[in-house]
Amino acid sequence: MEPGQLLFHLAIDSRFESIEVVQVVLCDVLERFGVEEDGRHWIDIAVREAVANAIKHGNREEPAKKVEVDLLLSGGELVIRVMDRGAGFDPALAGDPLAPANLHKSSGRGLFFMRKFMDGVDFAPRPGGGMVVTLRKKGPFSQINLGSKSELSEHGEERAV
Amino acid sequence: MKINVRKNGGVTILDVSGKVTIGEGDIALRQAVREQLAAGNKHLLVDLSNVSTIDSSGVGELVSSYTTVTQQGGKLKLLNPPQKVGDILQITQLITIFEVFDDEENAVASF
Repeated sequence: MEPGQLLFHLAIDSRFESIEVVQVVLCDVLERFGVEEDGRHWIDIAVREAVANAIKHGNREEPAKKVEVDLLLSGGELVIRVMDRGAGFDPALAGDPLAPANLHKSSGRGLFFMRKFMDGVDFAPRPGGGMVVTLRKKGPFSQINLGSKSELSEHGEERAV
Repeated sequence: MKINVRKNGGVTILDVSGKVTIGEGDIALRQAVREQLAAGNKHLLVDLSNVSTIDSSGVGELVSSYTTVTQQGGKLKLLNPPQKVGDILQITQLITIFEVFDDEENAVASF
């Protein structure tokens, strides 16, 4: 497990509308870190793609299966981990959406967006089954007042950790 | 996401507002395009000026709609994408596929 300061841990049902919960929390944290609106937008898109993949391809939209999202500050980087309980996949098998043969395809751009808008994207199997997608964004970031660490359920209930 | 449908001359304009993202926005766009094709309206202009966010599924749905309309002998064009949506069209090179306009009257005249 990567060392760092855990800012938030979210556990959402595998429903696409739950992506909005992640967006609200993520954008709040990014704003506190002094990330400008443009920067927040692109990070949001990358995280949306990772969470959507976890819901759709990882957990096969089974609502009872959770997608977990961690936000950490580690070594001056913002690190976002998106975890599912699916069968896993090989990112090397994803095609190039910019290849002429793929331009007219209606899918296949999610990994491209993640790699385009983040400084690093890693894929790893998850202990106990599933995938961990790690998205990294380099700082610098402003100091923020973290207060107590907190954990939010999907329904926005905040509990001190 | 909301879609308002209106006419300008012989062109059907779909005013899209909100998020064109997976699970809701992409489906709504697909439905709206299919409804227009079913009604015999094959000249479609998608006004993106009030789209706040588009993800890969939303982009995919635009591409799919373009293909479907074209295959049925129609045309689908884009109007006024905001900067970030325009950036997405650029980096995905879909700017080479879609005709994109910043003026509605010019867009309508182009059909």
